Amino acid sequence: MTAADVTAEASLNPTRSREPTGGFDHRSGPRALRDLLARVVMWAAFATAMVPLVWILWSVITKGGAMLLDSHWWTNSQRGITNRVVGGGAVHAIEGTIIEALATAVMAVPIGVMTAIYLVEYGRGRLAKTVSFTVDILTGIPSIVAALFIYAIWVTTFGFQRVGFAVTLALVLLMIPVVVRSTEEMLKLVPNELREASYALGVPKWKTIARIVVPTAFSGIITGVLLGLARVMGETAPLLILGPYTKSIATDLFGGLMPTLPTMINQDRTEVLQPAVDRVWGAAATLILMILLLNIAGRLVSRLGAPKT
Amino acid sequence: MPTITGVSSVDELRDPEGHGPLQGDRASTGRLGDRLFSGTAQGASILVIAIVTLVGVFLLSQAIPALAKDKVNFLTSTQWNVDGKLLQFGIANLLWVTVLSSAIAMVVAVPLGVAVALFITQYAPRWLSRPAASLVDLLAAVPSIVYGLWGLQVLGTHMDGIQSFLVKLFGWIPLFEDAGIGAASTILTVGVVLSIMVLPIVTALSREVFAQTPTTNMEAALALGATRWEMIRTAVLPFGKPGVISASMLGLGRALGETVAVTVILSALASNTAWSWSVFNGGETFASKIANNAAEFDSPQKAGAFMAAGLVLFGLTFVVNAVARVVIERRKAFVE
Repeated sequence: MTAADVTAEASLNPTRSREPTGGFDHRSGPRALRDLLARVVMWAAFATAMVPLVWILWSVITKGGAMLLDSHWWTNSQRGITNRVVGGGAVHAIEGTIIEALATAVMAVPIGVMTAIYLVEYGRGRLAKTVSFTVDILTGIPSIVAALFIYAIWVTTFGFQRVGFAVTLALVLLMIPVVVRSTEEMLKLVPNELREASYALGVPKWKTIARIVVPTAFSGIITGVLLGLARVMGETAPLLILGPYTKSIATDLFGGLMPTLPTMINQDRTEVLQPAVDRVWGAAATLILMILLLNIAGRLVSRLGAPKT
Repeated sequence: MPTITGVSSVDELRDPEGHGPLQGDRASTGRLGDRLFSGTAQGASILVIAIVTLVGVFLLSQAIPALAKDKVNFLTSTQWNVDGKLLQFGIANLLWVTVLSSAIAMVVAVPLGVAVALFITQYAPRWLSRPAASLVDLLAAVPSIVYGLWGLQVLGTHMDGIQSFLVKLFGWIPLFEDAGIGAASTILTVGVVLSIMVLPIVTALSREVFAQTPTTNMEAALALGATRWEMIRTAVLPFGKPGVISASMLGLGRALGETVAVTVILSALASNTAWSWSVFNGGETFASKIANNAAEFDSPQKAGAFMAAGLVLFGLTFVVNAVARVVIERRKAFVE
C-alpha cells in the first residue's frame, strides 16, 4: 500500500484506519518504514559525499604533506634539480601563483565592483538586463574557452609571446562574474534607509554610493574577492595554453616563462621517480592549503563584518 | 536570492509605481561627480558586454576559415587530421565522450546532491547542518588538477574491480563492453570524478531552494499527519523542483567544460582506433582535446580547428546555462 492508498482509505473509512492503538504519534507500518528508510538514505548520502572529501585530503596530506614541513620547500626553487634528486622547493611556483592572482584581482575587482554598482544602483531597462545576462554567460564560460579566446587575441592576432600577463587576462574573465555577483548580493543587503538618509542630507548620489553604500557592504565585497581569488588560483586550463612552466624563479608578467603551482603539478604528473612524485603531491598540498586559507579568510571576513544594519 | 543562480537585482519585481527595487531616489544631480561615477559604472558594464561579445566574435572569426577548408563533415566525422595540407576534422568523437562523461556525472551527482541538500535542510541536527554545508562546499575548493591527480593515481587504482564486475555482468551491452583501456583512465572514472566536482554546485543551489520552502506548506503537511518523508515529498520537493533542475543544469555546464581533470585522467586514443560506445573506453572531450594539443597551435588553420571545437563547447555550455536561467525565471513567476 502506498501512502496515497492509505490516505484514500482513511478518507473512506475514517473510523477504521484511525484506531487509537499506538497513541497520538501512531503511524501505520509501511509509512513509518518508508520514513525511516528516507532518513537512513539522507544520512547515508551525506556520509557518501564526505568520502571523496576526506579521501582527497587524506591522499594529498599523506603523499605531499611532508614536503611542506621542509623549510627549503618555502625558500628554494626547482632550478637545477632533476627528477632523480630529492630537494628543491616550490617558492618559484608559489610566487608565480600569487603574482598572477594579484594581477588578476587588480584588473577584475574594479571592473566587477563597478559593474555590480551599476546593476544595483543605476541600471534599469534594457542595458541592465543585457549586462546581467552577459554576466551569466561569463559565469558559465569554461576556463578552456576563456583561454582559447585570449590565445586568439594575444598570440594569433597580435603575435605576442605566451607570457604571464596573457594568463591573467584569461583569469580576469573567470574572476569578473564571481566578483560581480557577490558584490551585487552585498549591495542589495544595504538598507535603503541609509541611502535615503544620505540623500535627505543633500549628499549627491555618487558620494552616497562611495561613502555610505560601499563601506557598509565592504566586508561582503572583500569576501567575494577572496572567493574569486580562490577560484582563479586553482585554475589550470589557461595556464596550460598560455603560461608555460619553468623551474626557476621568474616574476616578470610581461616577458618569459612564469611557473605556477598548477603547472608545476602538471609538469611532473606523469613521473614515476619518487622524488618527482613527492614534489607533485607537495605542490598539490601547497595549492590546496593556499586556497583553503583564502576560503577560510573569506568566510571569517563575512562572518565578522556582516553589513552593519 | 542565491548568487549561484545568477539572479540579479535588475530582474526583481517592480513596485506598484513601476520603480525597480532600490530605486525611487532619482538623486543623480547631473553634477560632474555624479556623471563621472555613473559613467564609470556604466563603462565597466559595457566592457563586460564587449568582452563576452568579443569571445564569440574572435572564436568564430578564427574557426570559420578552418571550417571552410574542412574536407569532412564537421559534425559527423570522427577524424582529426590538422597537421598536413589537407584538413580533416570532425567532432563526433569529442561530442560523444563529452556527453557520456557528463551524463555519468549527472546520474551520480544529481540524486546524491539532492539527498545531501535534503539532509542539510531537513534532517541534520541543528549543530550539524551549517558545518555539513561548509564541508560539502569545501569540495568546490579543491583545484581541478588535484582532482585529476587524485582520480588517476588514487581512485583509478580502485576502479579495476568495478570495471571487471560491470563487464562481466553487462558486457553484452555495447555501453559496457571491454575496450582494453586501463581502468584508471576510462570515461567511467572521469564521470565519477566529475560527479564529485559538480556535487557541491548541485547541493548548494538545491539547499538554498529547499530552505525557502514556505513553512506554512510544511506545517500543513505535518498537521495532516504526514511523516517527515511524506512532508518532504508533498511540500519540499515540488517547491524545489525548478531549483533542482537549474542546479543540475549549472552542474552540467561545469561538467561539460571541465578541462584539466579530464585531461589528466582520460587516456587519449590513437587516431585510427575503432569507434566504441563503451564507458570503459578512452578518448577526448572538447576541453581535453584543446588542452592536450595546446603546444601545437603554431599555424592559424590548425589553431582554427581547435577554435571550432572550443566554439561548439562554448555553444553547449551557453545553451545549458540559458536553460538553467529560464527555469529559475519561471520558478520566480510561480513563487511570487
